[in-house]
Amino acid sequence: MSDDLLETFRTILAGEFSVPADEVTADATFEALGLDSLDVVELTLVLEDRVGVKLGDEDLEGVRTVGDAVAKVRERQA
Amino acid sequence: MSPAGGTRGGDRDVVVTGMGAITPAGRGVAATWEGVLAGRTAAARDERLAAAGAPVAISCRAPSFDADAELGRGTTRRLDRFTHLALLATREALAQAGLVGADDPDVVTATDPDRVGVVMGSGIGGGETWESEYARLAAEGPSRVSPLFVPRMLSNTAAGTMAIRTHARGPNLTVNTACAAGASAIHVGRDLIASGTADVVLAGGVEAGITVIAMSAFAQMGALSTNPDPSTASRPFDVDRDGFVMGEGAGVLVLESRAHAAARGAAPLFVVAGCGASADAHHATAPPEDGAGAVLAMRRAIEDAGLSPADIGHHNAHGTSTPLNDAAEARALHAVFGSDVDRLAVTSTKGVTGHLLGAAGAVEAILAAMALREGRVPPTANLATQDPDIHLDVVAGAPREVGLRAVISASMGFGGQNAALVLTAA
Repeated sequence: MSDDLLETFRTILAGEFSVPADEVTADATFEALGLDSLDVVELTLVLEDRVGVKLGDEDLEGVRTVGDAVAKVRERQA
Repeated sequence: MSPAGGTRGGDRDVVVTGMGAITPAGRGVAATWEGVLAGRTAAARDERLAAAGAPVAISCRAPSFDADAELGRGTTRRLDRFTHLALLATREALAQAGLVGADDPDVVTATDPDRVGVVMGSGIGGGETWESEYARLAAEGPSRVSPLFVPRMLSNTAAGTMAIRTHARGPNLTVNTACAAGASAIHVGRDLIASGTADVVLAGGVEAGITVIAMSAFAQMGALSTNPDPSTASRPFDVDRDGFVMGEGAGVLVLESRAHAAARGAAPLFVVAGCGASADAHHATAPPEDGAGAVLAMRRAIEDAGLSPADIGHHNAHGTSTPLNDAAEARALHAVFGSDVDRLAVTSTKGVTGHLLGAAGAVEAILAAMALREGRVPPTANLATQDPDIHLDVVAGAPREVGLRAVISASMGFGGQNAALVLTAA
């Protein structure tokens, strides 16, 4: 798993979503970080700005943790 | 005086036990009241509007605050500014009313939350959200519009979020009578208690609509002051007034029956003795010259209180500082009060606060209540030369000490919607 991508998520979640940076680990679920489904869609918009990858509804199916989302972005970048 | 008029039953004896406000004059009711008494206008050059190319770059902004720090992380992003303002005013009002416990400053614990209603007035709702998301749509397309747009923007989000935070599961309403909305909300809240539908109602108004599109539109209507000097731009009843100054803020009151307040040991601050509402049925934005709609609203409020005009010593005016409003309001007061108008100490607190639109009626009810409680009528800021066509006793320069048993506040909204409230001593 790319530490760079995880760090990008950490930066976005801390900066834009007021999540304490140390809580953002690969195993952390978005629910545990206080994000609901609307927030996760909002997150995809910020992600698109930062890394140029837009995760759509299909991509988000089954995504529960930060690590799941990182993996999806990796998949799309491949 | 006995606040219970001859025709009213116990449930119609509705008192206020808590007040909260955040306004351009200050954070909290006490700071707002001090600022208004001092007669210092809050109008200032608005760098955000200037940078965005707004045609008028003068406004009355509320004091700054950190929404995430005060209201919980994620608040800034999830909720529009108008909801932030409503939540801050609510917290203050709940604390004064003694409805919350030590654990959480927002959760109602001192009465059954199923019987607590919320009625808020807002003219615009999430105006900043509309503006920023529409810009995103125009520049980047529909796939870039935030999924949070709808819950941020909806004008009922302030009331809805107040319920989420306070656990109030009674009727939850948002009323829009434009610039009368804050007063209309208090009227509706009073009626919910009088009808037995709720035991307690958090009622008030909120607005945070200082956006480029709103400033542009109000400027195109000729409603905004174009005075280049912020310090004299908002000048109700002055001969040189030329429009209103846009403001933002929130006011929230805790309403409950006197019996309910007594049963839980809460001290009533004052009585919502009479409420009146009317429509001009005349024009979308201009009042009739004789202020006939405002006359009806004020007469109905006075009658509802079981009082006569001679009982009322102070009028907190709508007094927007537009040429049309202030002249029509003066004529309306002459029609309602007749010769007693000479004994009515009139003031417009908008000289200090600017025009808070949907929040104005609630904030001004609070300020009228403070005048009632302290026996002091604040001055109308910037009233240098009273319009010679306005024959009212407008307080200017310094607060006036005057014994008051009843006061009235009137609000007139675009759409021709009018609301008036009569408040009496507890």
